Amino acid sequence: MTAIAATITSGKGGVGKTTATANLGVALATAGYRVVCIDGDIGLRNLDVVMGLENRIVYDLVDVVEGRCKLRQALIKDKRLADLYLIPAAQTRDKTAVSPADMVRLVKDLRGDFDWVLIDSPAGIERGFRNAIAPADLILIVTNPEVSAVRDADRIIGLVEAEEKNPPKLIVNRVKPEMVKRGDMLSTGDILDVLAIDLIGIVPEDESVTVATNQGTPAVLDPKSRAGKAFRDIARRMNGEEVPFESLEAKDGFFGRLSRIVRPGGA
Amino acid sequence: MSFFDRLRGDRRSAQAAKERLQLVLIHDRADFPPGKLEALRDDLIATLSRHIEIDTGRVNITLTQDRHQQRLVADIPLAPPRARRRESH
Repeated sequence: MTAIAATITSGKGGVGKTTATANLGVALATAGYRVVCIDGDIGLRNLDVVMGLENRIVYDLVDVVEGRCKLRQALIKDKRLADLYLIPAAQTRDKTAVSPADMVRLVKDLRGDFDWVLIDSPAGIERGFRNAIAPADLILIVTNPEVSAVRDADRIIGLVEAEEKNPPKLIVNRVKPEMVKRGDMLSTGDILDVLAIDLIGIVPEDESVTVATNQGTPAVLDPKSRAGKAFRDIARRMNGEEVPFESLEAKDGFFGRLSRIVRPGGA
Repeated sequence: MSFFDRLRGDRRSAQAAKERLQLVLIHDRADFPPGKLEALRDDLIATLSRHIEIDTGRVNITLTQDRHQQRLVADIPLAPPRARRRESH
């Protein structure tokens, strides 16, 4: 097998990159794929706590890159799922400790043993972002229905295009259907009009995500979580399945517009 | 939008957000901020005025975008013919 490397990025911070990475990792592993998640946010590591694996860390990404441990030693096995692993970021170093070439080499070494390599990008457009997208076959851009987040997503789309990567796909996170309905929140249709990019998922605002993060058990594991269901759908689309988009913001003409804009997922 | 909103002609905030985004992204993508457009407008008026009398108050220069093509669109009305004729005498 040879893994597909998917990078989850956004430009703006706080839109849900780490939450998305953890949930997609769990969703893919639950579906039977072998998955490794890499925390690319060196100096501000968090994927470990969102996945609930913070107590198991011995070595990190920088230790691997600088040869202080074997790649295998830095792979932290998930508590719940046999086929899910994490490579944590270093907490006391900064992004310059790793280069884009290092990331390409690291992901190359992982490809043989996994189906998916998910890379959680840091916010910003600097070195950490460059590191995170360097090995990517597929780039998922997370945004919120807010002017600032959408603007930053557009900047990221431009940078990804300049790198001649495959066209990125969009996750609209933290949608509040009630606000969209009364015209006080950008709809997914509005965002797609502005960004001209393919959609791969719409995730509703959902308190179960906060609860899940508090406990270190991604929302995907909660069968009742609406956000969890949305992430499971995204995982299926990443594998090329055609999954209809849920009617979060049922509004006249919404589906008509979406079906025109959306093509099936996959790298 | 409720009946009363329509009556008042209110524009919901999502619509405002979309319009502001579209405008700001045109400038972001062209790497040409609105302030520079103002400077360009003034320079353009100065240059054109050396050749032809224009109605400076109504000059309109905007950045637009359709698909992947960005465009600088200038609408430059000339001064009314009578005004021009009077000045040339």
